This record gives sequence, structure tokens and C-alpha cells, in this order.
Amino acid sequence: MTITTPVAAHDLKMTGLHLAYDGREVIADLDLQIPAGKITVIVGPNACGKSTLLKGIARLLKPSAGTVTLDGADIHGIPTKKLATLIGLLPQQPTAPEGITVGDLVARGRYPHQGWFARQSSSDDAVVSHALESTGALELAGRRVEELSGGQRQRVWIAMALAQEPDILLLDEPTTFLDVTHQVDVLDVLMDLNRTRATTIVMVLHDLNLAARYADHLVVMAAGKIVTEGSPEDVITVSTVERAFGLESLVVADPVCGSPMVIPIGRFHGAGAS
Amino acid sequence: MFALLGAVIAVILVSLAVGAYTVAIPDLAKTLIGQGDTKDNFIVLQLRLPRVAIGAIVGIAFGIAGALFQSMLGNPLASPDIIGITGGASAAAVAGLLVFGVTGLAVSSMAFLGALLVATAIYLLSWRSGITGFRFVLVGIACAFMVQGLLGYLLTRADVRDAQAALVWLVGSLSGTRWPDIAIAAGGLAIILPLVALLAPRLKLLQLGDESAAGLGVPVARTRLLLLFTAVALAAIGTAAVGPIAFVAFVSAPIARRLVRTGGLALIPSALVGVLIVLVSDFAAQHLLPGGVQVPAGIITGAIGAPYLLWLLATTNRARGEV
Repeated sequence: MTITTPVAAHDLKMTGLHLAYDGREVIADLDLQIPAGKITVIVGPNACGKSTLLKGIARLLKPSAGTVTLDGADIHGIPTKKLATLIGLLPQQPTAPEGITVGDLVARGRYPHQGWFARQSSSDDAVVSHALESTGALELAGRRVEELSGGQRQRVWIAMALAQEPDILLLDEPTTFLDVTHQVDVLDVLMDLNRTRATTIVMVLHDLNLAARYADHLVVMAAGKIVTEGSPEDVITVSTVERAFGLESLVVADPVCGSPMVIPIGRFHGAGAS
Repeated sequence: MFALLGAVIAVILVSLAVGAYTVAIPDLAKTLIGQGDTKDNFIVLQLRLPRVAIGAIVGIAFGIAGALFQSMLGNPLASPDIIGITGGASAAAVAGLLVFGVTGLAVSSMAFLGALLVATAIYLLSWRSGITGFRFVLVGIACAFMVQGLLGYLLTRADVRDAQAALVWLVGSLSGTRWPDIAIAAGGLAIILPLVALLAPRLKLLQLGDESAAGLGVPVARTRLLLLFTAVALAAIGTAAVGPIAFVAFVSAPIARRLVRTGGLALIPSALVGVLIVLVSDFAAQHLLPGGVQVPAGIITGAIGAPYLLWLLATTNRARGEV
């Protein structure tokens, strides 16, 4: 089965990257190297530019200056369809056309591997069913996407991204709008993918503690710049949380796995409270 | 799908056979394979076949044009007859007929240019670092009113008899179609349909949102422009041939999707439904009205389409309100 074979390691790198919307600069002079075969999680306060950075990596935004390179080549110079076989993207709010079935949706992920008329081959079918299987969505294949719960729907979108068979998978807040059970569930699916297939994963997450638990490499951003990056143990400290989020907190070891855990203090609790 | 195809064939046969003079089925078969008598030959091949042929061609053109616009912009209101594309084709064609006195291929070319002009205007006016379906539709509706104003101006300035002829055409009528007109429309379809087939896989990805499509390797802006061009061309082909038959483009794809129950593009079912609507409306307009009144087919489609538009507006607003 093609999908279980480990993927090639790629060198994904941003150098002096500037990203802007309508002339308004969001990311300024950013350098970042994405470690191959690892899970990189980008965290930061709202409007710090983390989603914008992901869009820049996914080539949805053209840099106003600087470059994003894949194995040394500027991603804006790589043919679109070829790049799509290497880098996959799950946006924050993808839309499913009315009436589409899960199987049909996931099969559309095969597009970059197909010729002009997008004929579905038997090897495409095998990849699609394996993608459904590894996200636990196989029994949903015949259902309509609009009938699914939020958690099931997110699994299906991830399955579509898997059917694309990218070596690098980018996800913009894949756990938003999910309850805590399904948040953990989705992150476990991604971790599975990373550990069995060595897919490089880059995602933006809201929840600092889940980020610290699942990340191999954590990037903390604030105001369009990287505050610090490294292993969660090195990065998550009281002073980093203060600097990036302006939040007074306590950092303890997660009782489940020992990763750092941020406990916010707030105005009404803790030593300073009356 | 096969039922749809069967229905289309049945309607074609009935349209050819039934009328003021009804041809029996065996005679019809004989006539169609070139062995009919002179009278049957004249009635079927000279009078009815051109009408059915152009009806089928514009049904396909409008059906697919509507399906493309609605899928591309993700909005059921985004149909060429609602957002002024067929209006643009009409205004240009009427200007050609009334002001410049041109006919045939020149009228078709002007209709195409008019449709393209309106589409370009909508595209540029609704562009804001990307295209969203909703803004495109709103700008399109505004453009439709402007085009309507232009049409009114042209008609009031023209000679009464010319204006009368233009009005019949504006309502959308299959009568008086000649083989050269059919050849032009069929030629147009032969050029555009392969392009549609080529773009269809990319359109399926655009349905998932611009970002997903881009992530899957679709050049979004270029694909949307090409799709817009093909859809505009189809709407213009239909309009140039028989006038803007109201609401065919608007209702074909939603009906087709409901019939075949798919989340796909349903381009072929939409084309079949388009053919069915045009031919049935034309048949009804010729033979089924009380008192033997004959009206252009566009009157019938308008009478069906307008209530559907109201229903759609009522139900979509309700669905939005719930979210």
C-alpha cells in the first residue's frame, strides 16, 4: 500500500519572509526552518500572523519580500500540481458542496496525481479507502458530508488531505469548533500519520497545552514575529507565556505525559487576589 | 439519468409528431430515415425539426451555463439570466438588429461580446483581492438592471415594427429558426463543450473553497476566469440563437441535482433538464394554451421560473437565519 511507505524528507525553509494583505504587513522578516518528519505547531495570540504564515507556506499568499523554499527551490517557481503532491493543506473552513458523499469528497484529494480528465484509477481507489481507514472514516464513506457531526467531518477532511499523499501536511486550526474529545481524537490521528508515515506536519493550534503535548517543535509567535522556537520543554516557560500572550501563568508538568502545561492565573485568583 | 435521457427522447419525438397536423409514429420513423412522403417530409423536416434542434441546442447551452455559474460561485442565484449576462447578450444583439441592421453570425458575435462585456464588468467591480460568490451576484444583479435600462432605450428609440420583432426575440422564441442559425449555435457548442470537459475536474475542486482548491494544485484565479469565459460563451450562444429564454439556466442545474441526487457538478443531467424544459415549454406554448393561442416559449419558462425564484429566496433566507 503506497500510503504507508515512509515519505521523503524535505527541506522547507522561510528566509526573510514578509507577508502582507492589501499592503498591510502581517509578517515581517521571518526566518524559519521546518524540521522534516516532525510535528511543528505554531501558537500565538489572536492576530499574531500564525494563520497568515501558514498561508504563505501553502503558497496561498505571495510574499512581498523574502522566500519560502522547498529543497532549495522557491515554491512559487514549482508547478502548482507538482507542489500539491508534496505539500497538502487543510484550511480552517473548507466547504463541502451540498449532497456530496464522503467517498466522493475524499476521492477529490487525488486530483494532483491524475491526468487531464481526472480519471479515477484502481490505485486511486486503494489510496482513498486507505485514507478513510486510517482516519477511522471508512464506515462513513457512503454518507453525505452535511449529515456528519463536526468531529466526523474533520476526520473526513483530513482523509481528503491524506488521499493527496503529501509529504508535508499543513493544517490551520484543525481542532476549532470541536469538543475536547474530538480535539484529542483529531490530534491522535495526525500523530499516527506522523509516526507511521513520517509525514511532516505543520499546524496552527489555539490550545497551548495540546500544542505542548503533541508538538515535536513548537513555534511561538507574537505581532508577526517568532518569539521563540524549540522543543515544548525548552519553549514553554512563565516568561515566554508572559511575553507572547501577556498572560501571568504557572507552568507545571502535564501529569499524563510530562510535557509543560500552562495554568493561567487571571485577576481574581492566585497570590495577588484579594 | 437514463430516465432523464428517455424523457428527452420522448419529448423530441412528440414535438416532431404532434401538432395541427399529427404524424403517426410509423410515418415519423419513415420520414426520419428519409423515406417519408412529401407532406410529412415538409412538416417534420422543414417545419418541426429545426425548431426541435435549436431547442435542444439552447437547452444544453443554458443548462450547462447555469450549472457552471452556480458551482463556480457557490450560489444558486448565480445564473446568467439573473446576473445580467444573458441581458448583456440581448442588449448587444438588439443593438445589432435595430441600430446596425446586421443579421446571422454578426448578431451572434455581438451577443457574445455583450455577454463578455457584462461579465468582465461584474468581475472587475466585484474583485477585492479575490472573488466571492455573494458579491459577484449582487454586482451582477445591479448590472442586470443597467442592461435592462439600455434595452428599454434601444426599443423606445426604434421603429415600431422593428421593435415588435425584437420584442418577440427578447421573450425567447424558437419559431422561425433556420438551418444557418442552427449551424452557428451547434458550431459554438462544438468549440465550448470540450473546454468545459477539460475544466470540469478543476471546478469540482473549486467547489471545496478557494484555499482547498489551491492546496490541491488548482490555479484558482486562472481557472475561474476560464470557467467564466466558457459559461459566458454558452449563455451567449443560447441567447443569440433564440433570445434569453427566461430562467432555463437558473432552474436546470438545481432540478438536475435533485433528480440524480449527487454532490457533483451534474453537468450532463443539467443539460438534459435544460433540453427538457425548453422543448416542453415550447410545445406547451404552441399547442396547450386555451383557445389555441400561440406564445413564445419564454413566456412559459418565465411563468414556471419566477415562482421557483421566490421559493428559493424564501427557503435560503430561512436556512441562513438558523445558522
